[in-house]
Amino acid sequence: MTPVDTATPKEPAFGGNAGMRTEYLEIRGLTVDFDGFKAVDNVDMTLFQGDLRFLIGPNGAGKTTLIDAITGLTPATGSVNKSGVELLGRKVHQIARLGVGRTFQTASVFEELTVLQNLDIAAGAGRSWWTLLRRRRGVLPEIEQALETIGLTHLADRPAGVLAHGQKQWLEIGMLLVQNADVLLLDEPVAGMSHEEREETGNLLRRIGAERTVVVVEHDMDFMRAFATSVTVLARGRVIAEGSVAEVQANPKVQEVYLGTAAAAGSEETA
Amino acid sequence: MRTLLGRWQTWAGFGVAAVLLFGVAPVVLSDFRLSMFGKFLCFAIVAVGIGLAWGRGGMLVLGQGVFFGLGGYMMGMHLKIADAELRGDAVPDFMQIAGVRELPGYWQPFASPAFTVLAILVLPTAIAAALGFGVFKRRVKGAYFAILSQALAAALAILLVGQTSLGGSNGLNRFRTFFGFTLNDPANRRMLYFIAAATLLLVVAAARQLMQSRYGELLVAVRDAEERVRFLGYDPANIKVVAYTVAALFASIAGALFTPIVGFIAPSQVGILPSIAFLIGVAIGGRTTLLGPVLGAIGVAWAQTLFSERFPSQWIYAQGLLFIVVVGFFPAGLAGIAALLRRRRRRAAEPGTAPEPLAPETDPQKVGAAT
Repeated sequence: MTPVDTATPKEPAFGGNAGMRTEYLEIRGLTVDFDGFKAVDNVDMTLFQGDLRFLIGPNGAGKTTLIDAITGLTPATGSVNKSGVELLGRKVHQIARLGVGRTFQTASVFEELTVLQNLDIAAGAGRSWWTLLRRRRGVLPEIEQALETIGLTHLADRPAGVLAHGQKQWLEIGMLLVQNADVLLLDEPVAGMSHEEREETGNLLRRIGAERTVVVVEHDMDFMRAFATSVTVLARGRVIAEGSVAEVQANPKVQEVYLGTAAAAGSEETA
Repeated sequence: MRTLLGRWQTWAGFGVAAVLLFGVAPVVLSDFRLSMFGKFLCFAIVAVGIGLAWGRGGMLVLGQGVFFGLGGYMMGMHLKIADAELRGDAVPDFMQIAGVRELPGYWQPFASPAFTVLAILVLPTAIAAALGFGVFKRRVKGAYFAILSQALAAALAILLVGQTSLGGSNGLNRFRTFFGFTLNDPANRRMLYFIAAATLLLVVAAARQLMQSRYGELLVAVRDAEERVRFLGYDPANIKVVAYTVAALFASIAGALFTPIVGFIAPSQVGILPSIAFLIGVAIGGRTTLLGPVLGAIGVAWAQTLFSERFPSQWIYAQGLLFIVVVGFFPAGLAGIAALLRRRRRRAAEPGTAPEPLAPETDPQKVGAAT
């Protein structure tokens, strides 16, 4: 949040956009073993701040399991290093406090609480008991800003349960923003969204991805082509390709994986 | 503007309750009925805690009899010692009959009124906190937690029946004084009622503060999506322990007031049946609301008394039926019905404010394609 940042709004870029002072997430030899079945098998991946990374692959490739392992939900071996701090072996809530946020395939917001309350809870993991036991008064500036970013300011006092599907996903992203996560792991954020909602979500990811490390698990190839700055392809728990959208699309291994499972990557989304 | 009105409403609500409890009830009710009403208020104090832990926190506390009993027995022990001292005896009457000449070691600290009051506040709280940490950190929840809490109530009741130094299955009874005031005097019994009423108001105020604070919002979040809360950087166990502990504290205080008001405390007030009975009033009144549990607990207890006076052995069927109907058809309880009516009336009053469509339409084909 230096003045330079605000003066020149950055765009996400291949390989990150923060230069030498970059935040990073370095995954080395990550393996998740379910009783002999390796759902994630020796995965290496390096993510830099300002790189909008898409994680694609056929069903069962281990994309969600990879996110589960990074966030501490599933036990794993190997190493996940966030800007110098080892994450593996920590508990879910500790990893969250270190600035790793995630969303889920099915939007999970607190349906009975208002949009504002949802965001306020997301912003409050570090609160003291004294603050917790008092009433919420007014709206924190960062929450106001997040409401603006996700475009839900006019719905702040509505219960989150009445939001449309897409709005719930945006609320979840907003919760990650106020949570102050700088690594965002989004599991199929545009699943079930209309075309306009996808467009808006993509622009939202571009905006927030400029200063953070964002990983998007996605099936939608059109969406990936439109917004990714880099892509990692996962199949059977292994990384089979990594690079820019063009590089990955030209990769014969990737074509094979997609041809072998679900028709070609290009034609999959024309339906 | 709205908060100002809200605050005014709150004070008005407490004012009306105070007038009813302190002004109307003592005038309208006979001494006998007033004392009975005092007993109902004790149940209502337990109910406030259950509303917090179960209604807001999602923890089905089926064993509040444990904490009710702890508070009740500790108070009972002090009262028995005080009575014995007044007569110049070394031990309470029931021990004399059993041939006990010396006060058991664990009774002795309860000779001190200050220790007794402190123990009633601290001991159940500490036990609940330790138990809560053990259970919630291991992510025991739902039916498993409910069964566990119920087993605990059963175990304590069985343990108490076997303790002759605590009166066995008769429990502790025939108290003559309460902190120096003779219980024969109707004025003193009325004072006990006033203490219960004041305690209920305090407990409701405390629960209200908890529910409306950020903690209360967080507790609902934990109830509805515990894992999600974890991914936001909270440890849900800590949040649940607080509500569980507060509920235990309320139950203990209620038990400690129940003992002198009703004149006995026995294993029959501790076990599974009374623990479930505590729950029924809460379910009927509306567990997620602040006042639903209070009114539900008082209402059910009152109905039980009136009903039992006419048809002595059939209340249990009526109670069971009521429970089934409410849980099956009105899961939000009577408070839920009231809220529904209020919403309907408001909608009828201002038809212009129907909720506008929130969503850009979703393309069903895309929904299918993306998953």
